[in-house]
Amino acid sequence: MTRLSLLLLAALALCAVGLVTSQHQARKLFVELEREHARARALDVEWGQLQLELSTWGLHSRVERLAAARLGLRAPDARRTRIVEHPAP
Amino acid sequence: MKFAESPVLAPRFPLWRSRFVLALFAVGFAVLAGRAVYLQAFNDEFLQAKGESRYSRVIEIPANRGRILDRNGEALAVSTPVKSIWAIPDDVVMNAQQLGRLAELLEMPKDEIRKRLAGAERDFTYVKRQIPPATADAVAALKVPGLHQSREYRRYYPGGEVMAHVLGFTGAADVGQEGIELAYQAHLAGKPGSRRVIKDRLGHIVEDVGSIREAQEGKDVRLALDSRIQSLAYGQLRATVEQHRARGGGIVVLDASTGEILALANLPAYNPNNRAKLVGSQLRNRAVTDEFEPGSTLKPFTVALALDRGKVKPTTVIQTAPGSLTIGSATIRDAHPGGAMTVEQVIQKSSNVGSAKIALGLPPAEMWELFADVGFGTAPRLGFPGEANGKLRPFKTWKPVEQATMSYGHGIAVSLLQLARAYTIFARDGELAPLSLLRVDMPVAGRTVLSPATARDVRRMLEMAVQPGGTAPLAQIMGYRVAGKTGTAHKLEHGGYAPDKYVSSFVGFAPASQPRLVIAVMIDEPSAGKYYGGQVAAPLFAKVMEGSLRALGVPPDAPMKPVELPPAGAEVKESV
Repeated sequence: MTRLSLLLLAALALCAVGLVTSQHQARKLFVELEREHARARALDVEWGQLQLELSTWGLHSRVERLAAARLGLRAPDARRTRIVEHPAP
Repeated sequence: MKFAESPVLAPRFPLWRSRFVLALFAVGFAVLAGRAVYLQAFNDEFLQAKGESRYSRVIEIPANRGRILDRNGEALAVSTPVKSIWAIPDDVVMNAQQLGRLAELLEMPKDEIRKRLAGAERDFTYVKRQIPPATADAVAALKVPGLHQSREYRRYYPGGEVMAHVLGFTGAADVGQEGIELAYQAHLAGKPGSRRVIKDRLGHIVEDVGSIREAQEGKDVRLALDSRIQSLAYGQLRATVEQHRARGGGIVVLDASTGEILALANLPAYNPNNRAKLVGSQLRNRAVTDEFEPGSTLKPFTVALALDRGKVKPTTVIQTAPGSLTIGSATIRDAHPGGAMTVEQVIQKSSNVGSAKIALGLPPAEMWELFADVGFGTAPRLGFPGEANGKLRPFKTWKPVEQATMSYGHGIAVSLLQLARAYTIFARDGELAPLSLLRVDMPVAGRTVLSPATARDVRRMLEMAVQPGGTAPLAQIMGYRVAGKTGTAHKLEHGGYAPDKYVSSFVGFAPASQPRLVIAVMIDEPSAGKYYGGQVAAPLFAKVMEGSLRALGVPPDAPMKPVELPPAGAEVKESV
């Protein structure tokens, strides 16, 4: 009887320690998860900014202006365009 | 000596004394137990709240406003978080070195910062609003007491003035004020949420207790707008308005098969990223909110109705000599008397007398019905603020002379968008296309207004109008068959027509064999000498149409040879 009681007491103590440990583990993992969430949000913001930058630099009017001013390019008029038939694949 | 034999224990006390002490203890315990039960079971909120406040926090979950994208996914409007620096001036303690560094970071003169902190507001003042987060972090690193930061969103429009009128802009608190931003406010807006968490001593979130309100990210809006065509249209419109020293202008590009608005631009415009010096006239989305008398661009509708009802054939001859027609006390005139003309030539040469005579052979009710069917007199209901209805008076009040003038676009007012949409009946075999601001992937069914045969007849007449001998040879494009109609109207001012102020317009579509795009152009008060729609608006139409067809990769339907222009001085002037 006493031996069983002692056994159960030991099991209980083990369980208690296990509970504390796993709770601690869970919290640590959760902190990590939160950190990753924050990183995801920050990356999302950065993505928005990069998209903005892309649109700004790649603006059609800007590209056209630069192409004309810096490279001396211009859109060919229809007279200089030849349309070729695309052979059926 | 043994304890039991101690003399202190010798005296005998009365029994009631020990009973009394026992009773005191019992009462004491009972009071404590009662208090414990009271706090644990009956009045537990207070202590629970106190306990929770030591570890649990409610944190805000921010939500982004959705982006606005063009049809190809290019970002036209994006919100990004920024920080605002504010201060409680009474709390601010800053040495000269910190002030110098702060001024440097915020790119503000030191005096300006001092002035703000010494201002009338003692408990709150903005030092600088909407600065990049990186700068804000550097400011926070200075650790100046009394200096705080708050997170805000700022909306950026990379396209600037090119897209200004379509997109509109957001005001304070990221709420749409104009254009798409207003029309799709509910769709774009995000709802910030909040949740309850447990934080540890270091401020880390260690456990999620539950969400109080789910955050809802704003949804993206994908427009029908094609940013290539939009920048082309805006650029060419600006060049034309400058060249003709006009007060303003507008252009609308529609996809004939889907009714999508591919481009919509107005002048004067504004830069939505910098709205410091904004005036009302810049803000107005003219193509949608302003109505004007369209002039001759309405002639094809009258002719189409007469053809549809079998009153005339394209080859029916109408006598327009001597170039004027008197109805009651009013006289309708042609700029260049043409003599006997076929119905085709009435459109080609844009004869007022001819179209008036055709109109007088039609019942007013039917004319009104056609105008109403193509959308004149009712706002297109796209959700844009201030969409114009246009003016279409009930036919019961029409006098014969009014019916005649309406046939060539006077006494009736439309917006440029309505006009462009109305022309889809000629571009798509008699069907009126529904307009769409959002991308549509499938061709959509329209409402049939005319028979396909009539629409094709009118299409051929409109093609004649841009060929040599018509009013708009400058609207031609090499490689494509173009069809369209010019309009030149006196401006209405103080209840009468201004003799020297005009509105020049052109509406047309291409390729004529299988129309893909409808473009409507309006130039307000060109004042550099030229004012005919064929001289002012048609070249703009041609440039935008050519570039747009190429951008969309539409195969040419005409031989690649230079466009034929009539010799100088031999242009056909339309009647105004």
